[in-house]
Amino acid sequence: MLRSGVIAKKVGMTRLFMEDGKQIPVTVLQLDGLQVVATRTAEKDGYSAVQLGAGSAKAKRVSQAMRGHFAAAKVEPKRKIAEFRVDPENMIAIGEELTADHYFAGQYVDVSGTSIGKGFAGAMKRHNFGGLRASHGVSVSHRSHGSTGQCQDPGKVFKGKKMAGHMGSARVTTQNLQVVRTDSDRGLIMVKGAVPGSKGGWVTVKDAVKKPTPENVMLPAGLKSLAEEAKRLAEEAAAAAAEEAAAAEAAAAEAALAAEAASLEASEADEATGTGDDTAKPEGDEKNEG
Amino acid sequence: MNLIAQLEAEQIAELGHEIPDFKAGDTIRVGYKVTEGTRSRVQNYEGVCISRKNGKGIAGSFTVRKISFGEGVERVFPLHSTNIDNITVVRRGKVRRAKLYYLRARRGKSARIAEVSNYKALDGAKA
Repeated sequence: MLRSGVIAKKVGMTRLFMEDGKQIPVTVLQLDGLQVVATRTAEKDGYSAVQLGAGSAKAKRVSQAMRGHFAAAKVEPKRKIAEFRVDPENMIAIGEELTADHYFAGQYVDVSGTSIGKGFAGAMKRHNFGGLRASHGVSVSHRSHGSTGQCQDPGKVFKGKKMAGHMGSARVTTQNLQVVRTDSDRGLIMVKGAVPGSKGGWVTVKDAVKKPTPENVMLPAGLKSLAEEAKRLAEEAAAAAAEEAAAAEAAAAEAALAAEAASLEASEADEATGTGDDTAKPEGDEKNEG
Repeated sequence: MNLIAQLEAEQIAELGHEIPDFKAGDTIRVGYKVTEGTRSRVQNYEGVCISRKNGKGIAGSFTVRKISFGEGVERVFPLHSTNIDNITVVRRGKVRRAKLYYLRARRGKSARIAEVSNYKALDGAKA
């Protein structure tokens, strides 16, 4: 059940105090104008996927080509674009907006982002090497990596040897983070623990690949249109129920009137015969509403 | 206000804990909820507050030091912990430091803190 992920902005970290006294460190991710910009289908492109766009960009800062791309989808220019592979049955129409209800509290997700750049880093920081000793004749090179290989045979340093070099600014995925809370009004997803990248950076969130897909995920996705439809239906149902209740009340009142009339008639008849009791009390005000 | 600050303010309001005004040097009593098996009770821990960290925010915490059976004991409490039942100020101390870590090296008479005689409550402000 491959379904779409979301593009989110990392807002920052905070903590949540739970009722049972536990504190949970959470990263707050925000969905900002997340819409489907294009779709890829097996017939046209050889694979099925949705292209999502998030954030907002000034039209004049967007290239002519991308402006045309956004115009074709009839969406505002987006700041960030990413593609997510989906099953053909989970395809989403172009222009649909995704909400934070896409995930539910307790679900596991994988979050990918670009890690914070560390610049040119030594072997100790970059590969967790131990460095050299603090004393016993070591001079100047306490944080060096030490030997890089053997001697005349092989006479070279093997490819891929871990050495000092550029660290960070790389795509990193953190797997199996638990969603603690979602807030669809403000488009917030709170996941337990840290997420790659700096505050204000873009990350992509997907269902965890190493966990079974939960049964109650929203398919094809947590869409705004679906939420609005559900809300409208609920309102309609509530209105219908209210109408029905009102109708039932009216009917009950009518029935009560009829019963009263009948009892009156009966009592009149009883009076005629000599015994006077009217037990048929009208009752019709205990109908529940809604 | 940025989003994180807003979320934290909302959470503090939602927790609705009443936190008295206290600072380092004050002697305070903390009612801490302890769960033993299925039932829970409130355990009091009384001592000198020797440090407050991260202010009134959601990440705020404070350290309480006391001498228990001749042994110095320090406990760090998160200010907004749901495990804290109540905090009461027993005595207001007069100190000139924000962090009273020097008390760790002292015992007995030299570890005393003078009491504030002219304490004025903050008007309307909490913690």
